Amino acid sequence: MNTLIDIKNLNLYYGTYHALKDVSLTIPEKAVTAFIGPSGCGKSTLLRTLNRMNDMIAGTKIDGRVEITGTDIYSNEVDVETLRKKVGMVFQQPNPFPKSIYDNIAYGPRLHGIRNKQKLDEIVEQSLRQAVLWEEVKDFLKRSAFSLSGGQQQRLCIARALAVNPDILLMDEATSALDPISTLKIEELVQELKDRYTIVMVTHNMHQAARVSDQTVFFLNGEVVEFSETEQLFSNPTDQRTEDYITGRFG
Amino acid sequence: MSILQDANRQQISKRRKIDFILHILFIAATAIGIVALMALLVNIMVDGLSRLSPELFTNYPSRIASKAGLKSAIVGSIYMVLIMAPISFILGVGAAIYLEEYANKNKFTRLIQLNISTLAGVPSIVYGILGLTLFVRGLGLGRSLLSGSLIMTLLILPIIIVSSQEALRAVPRQRRDASFALGATRWQTVAGSVLPSAMPGVLTGVILALSRAIGETAPLVMVGALTFVAFLPSGIMDSFTVMPIQIFNWISRPQEAFHELAAAGIILLLALLLIMNFAAILLRNKYQKNL
Ligand SMILES: Nc1ncnc2c1ncn2[C@@H]1O[C@H](COP(=O)(O)OP(=O)(O)OP(=O)(O)O)[C@@H](O)[C@H]1O
Ligand SMILES: [Mg+2]
Repeated sequence: MNTLIDIKNLNLYYGTYHALKDVSLTIPEKAVTAFIGPSGCGKSTLLRTLNRMNDMIAGTKIDGRVEITGTDIYSNEVDVETLRKKVGMVFQQPNPFPKSIYDNIAYGPRLHGIRNKQKLDEIVEQSLRQAVLWEEVKDFLKRSAFSLSGGQQQRLCIARALAVNPDILLMDEATSALDPISTLKIEELVQELKDRYTIVMVTHNMHQAARVSDQTVFFLNGEVVEFSETEQLFSNPTDQRTEDYITGRFG
Repeated sequence: MSILQDANRQQISKRRKIDFILHILFIAATAIGIVALMALLVNIMVDGLSRLSPELFTNYPSRIASKAGLKSAIVGSIYMVLIMAPISFILGVGAAIYLEEYANKNKFTRLIQLNISTLAGVPSIVYGILGLTLFVRGLGLGRSLLSGSLIMTLLILPIIIVSSQEALRAVPRQRRDASFALGATRWQTVAGSVLPSAMPGVLTGVILALSRAIGETAPLVMVGALTFVAFLPSGIMDSFTVMPIQIFNWISRPQEAFHELAAAGIILLLALLLIMNFAAILLRNKYQKNL
């Protein structure tokens, strides 16, 4: 599989706190990569460096390189707006805008200059279909996004991220606020989406990582401890700490 | 022995007594405020209701009480609000957006913040003195409607900035993140995601600030909003008067009839302020439903 994201010797500091320590990783395209590890080990932090959402936190310092298809995303050649268009993100809590379902999906395309009503209609339908939400909401697109259930809202947020046509989708514990059935739906959705998108997901649910992902990265205290095929990592970890974590002996 | 029988009954009855006494005390404290307010209202109503006639709206001020009205003052107040509202909205909300959404949180912005909060409490007469120097003399705008409106704008600007900042701060971070994560610039995020959520709160603050300006007298006395204006201002450079100044003028005359006129004017002013506050409350309720 081709490498899409190449992280090289990445260090990140929140003020004086060293949150990511010399992280080097390659993330293959059109596959699901899962980040696992105990709370506070830097999974979200690493995820947010991939679409530069950390830029907005005052006092963060970064060194090292994050290359996507060979271009360093922290160099001057890259506009952060373009980066975020190409690298979509779904958050832990569903966070729809207080607007209609339609306007939520159309928000992104409108930002990037699409005004044509017909084109927007197309994008909205296509994105909602991809997020397997279309059949449930097609008759009331004008209704407030807040009228949806939590699980539907999260799929709406996925559809909203897809609407700007990204290549990469980052999901930070996207199912942790949801019930088991909604969680299952989103896991199925991720399976479908990986044919077309590169997906990086953070999860605390080891079974979810095992079920859904192709590669798994195990973090501890800001360092990558182990990175391999999911099957390999869960059945035959090479590092003692990984084994302790996945068998529940600490963390 | 039942677990509900406790040796401490005496102590509990003492605690209840304190509770009861304080309860009475708090009611008394509330009552004094309400009674004073009611007395004031009744007093004004008794004096003013008989003078509350259509002529009050259509007549200009006059030396003869029976012919005197508030026309020029009402129109003056309206013009002043019409000039003030857009200027103070743009400046106030703009400053709030800068401080909340753009500025880094450092010593310098904290200093600015402290200044603005302090300015919100500066006595209005001080703004009058500032306006006299800056607008009336400095910019040579004279004792005009424009000068008066600009002074009032300065007066309510800190209030609008502070209340708008609060409204912006109440917008959850996740809403900004969602917008940024889609590739929005800062302004696109403010315009598309933050402001729509904050707008009712912002407008509430603006309305309350405007209603404060409508009732203010001191700074306008300073720049000399004329008290005897028997014409409508024909332009922004014309001299003018406003309702509280006309009321103040009537009150300070010896004749009883003018006092009644003043009371009628106060009723009008109170009704106006009540309507504005009511509008603000309606907006706020709508806001809370949206969250
Ligand atoms: N804005 C910030 N300022 C300072 N320190 C931060 C900030 N965000 C995170 N940290 C610290 O960086 C470390 C990594 O945080 P991060 O959110 O990446 O952890 P995580 O692995 O995602 O944890 P969780 O599983 O609980 O979400 C933590 O120790 C955290 O306290
Ligand atoms: Mg996290």
